[in-house]
Amino acid sequence: MFAYILRRVAFAVPTIFVIILLTFILLHAAPGGPFDSLQDIDPAVLANLRSAYHLDDPVWMQFWTYLSGLLRGDMGPSLIYRELTVNQIIVTGLPVSVTLGLSAIVIGLSVGLCCGIVAALRQNSLLDYAVMAAAMTGVAIPTFVTAPLLILVFGLTLAWLPISGWNGGQIKHLILPVTALAIPKVAVIARITRGAMLESINMDYVRTARAKGMREIKVITRHVMRPVLIPVVSYLGPAIATVMTGSVIIENIFGLPGLGRAFVEGAINRDYPVVMGIVIIYAIFIVMLNLFADILYGFLDPRVRQK
Amino acid sequence: MSTDSSFVPAGRSLWRDAADRFCANRAAMVSAGIILVIVVLAFAVPIWGPHSLEEVYWDRMLIAPSLENHHWFGTDVNGRDMFARVFYGARISLTIGVLTTLVALTIGVLYGATAGYFGGRIGAVMMRLVDIIYAVPALFLIIILISVFGNNFVLVFVSIGAVEWLTMARIVRGQTLAIREKDYIEAAHALGLPHTTILARYIIPNVIGPVIVYATLLIPINILIESYLSFLGLGVQEPYTSWGRLISQGTKEIETGLWLLLIPSVFLTVTMFCFNFIGDGLRDALDPKDR
Repeated sequence: MFAYILRRVAFAVPTIFVIILLTFILLHAAPGGPFDSLQDIDPAVLANLRSAYHLDDPVWMQFWTYLSGLLRGDMGPSLIYRELTVNQIIVTGLPVSVTLGLSAIVIGLSVGLCCGIVAALRQNSLLDYAVMAAAMTGVAIPTFVTAPLLILVFGLTLAWLPISGWNGGQIKHLILPVTALAIPKVAVIARITRGAMLESINMDYVRTARAKGMREIKVITRHVMRPVLIPVVSYLGPAIATVMTGSVIIENIFGLPGLGRAFVEGAINRDYPVVMGIVIIYAIFIVMLNLFADILYGFLDPRVRQK
Repeated sequence: MSTDSSFVPAGRSLWRDAADRFCANRAAMVSAGIILVIVVLAFAVPIWGPHSLEEVYWDRMLIAPSLENHHWFGTDVNGRDMFARVFYGARISLTIGVLTTLVALTIGVLYGATAGYFGGRIGAVMMRLVDIIYAVPALFLIIILISVFGNNFVLVFVSIGAVEWLTMARIVRGQTLAIREKDYIEAAHALGLPHTTILARYIIPNVIGPVIVYATLLIPINILIESYLSFLGLGVQEPYTSWGRLISQGTKEIETGLWLLLIPSVFLTVTMFCFNFIGDGLRDALDPKDR
């Protein structure tokens, strides 16, 4: 098990490095620069600006400067918001996005697992059909359609919940965006769980457990559930990536000051240090969470440790 | 008379079997029919519809859907006919969905087949690169590509295709690894055929089944990605429109003109459903496991 964890970690570190390198090369291949929008600028001032931001150094040297800054935890200044550093932008945005994303994943897991289990235990009942029809719809309808509809119903018509803003992360400001973000996760996890449950519930060892008089609740938790968790855990990696993508949309719809919104703004403004910083933070997050999912997977399924 | 073809027992190819199985799948056939209708309308309505895409009716802004004036889907804030815009949007959304999938298909099949065929260290390095790019969410890479190379119709679909080939490459590599060991590949080697010929003539045609299935499932994903981009203001620009753009504009009028959000959303969602049913149908039809 220890060797398995070590192998996964050994893969994670170069992954992050290559992502940093790729984004850096890509952004430096870009035609046009961050100062293009400044009109009637004195060439001498422009030259000063460029040298202040090290834009005239050779690319490999810029990469080295950037990387060594990064290792000290410094991502450089924003090119657009002169008074802000990338670190400041990330520090303000990260808690918003992490709160959104983690709440959505936790709700997706808990509600999705419950729905899937209930549907599988009552297979072909009305309840099963209702849950699966809801899940199918939840998978197919994109976030940017459900979010405005939630706003319309609960924010405008019923006026129960605020429709935008963060307000320090108060629960009532969180409900709508997290719901919109969690719906597709609940749907997918419910479907995966139901499918895996139906498979494992008919296994011989489950029949054996029942035959020896084990209590039903214990049969389910001890024998049926364990193989069900494997496909659910392996879905966690993709789930995390899609939650981050969805978070970009959700933050834009609900006007939340998260990283996703800062990323889109940065990309439109060609604020390259901000874009790079956010990509790196996201990549680290995804690689870490995938690592966590891999390790969990290793605990659940002894076979993967051998490879 | 011995050459009379009627005496030859009718050979049934695997493709013919697959086609029969697909036709027996009601959900997939209905879905294919719906997609066909949308495609036909997407090309017919902008040409023969009662209103044009661009025409502005100053006296009829934000009219709810009605049979009067032939504004079947109502008009938008600028007084433009939504019926024309929805199907014009369908044209762009579907075109982008198909073209991006073709780009992803080409890159993914070539890359995956090469990695699987050569295997060993080259294949391992190639797939490690795929694993690494996987760690960045696709939408982020696409937004970077669009921000770097500018924003026009061609670049939007090239960017989407250039990012969405990863899964295709993995599927093709897996298939190729299995096929590589087959006798007929060894025979091709024995004949001294060059690698490129073996890849093009023997490997790629034999991995095509799962590729078709995944491509069908990739079309709705790519339509959705284009919608995301348009929603964020990074996709197609005026005067063009797409479902994502229409939905994004509808979101702003949610209190005064709900149909502006609902109609394109329904079309987008139905299309996603249909492509998924077709993909599932194709998988059941082509998957040799169930034979």
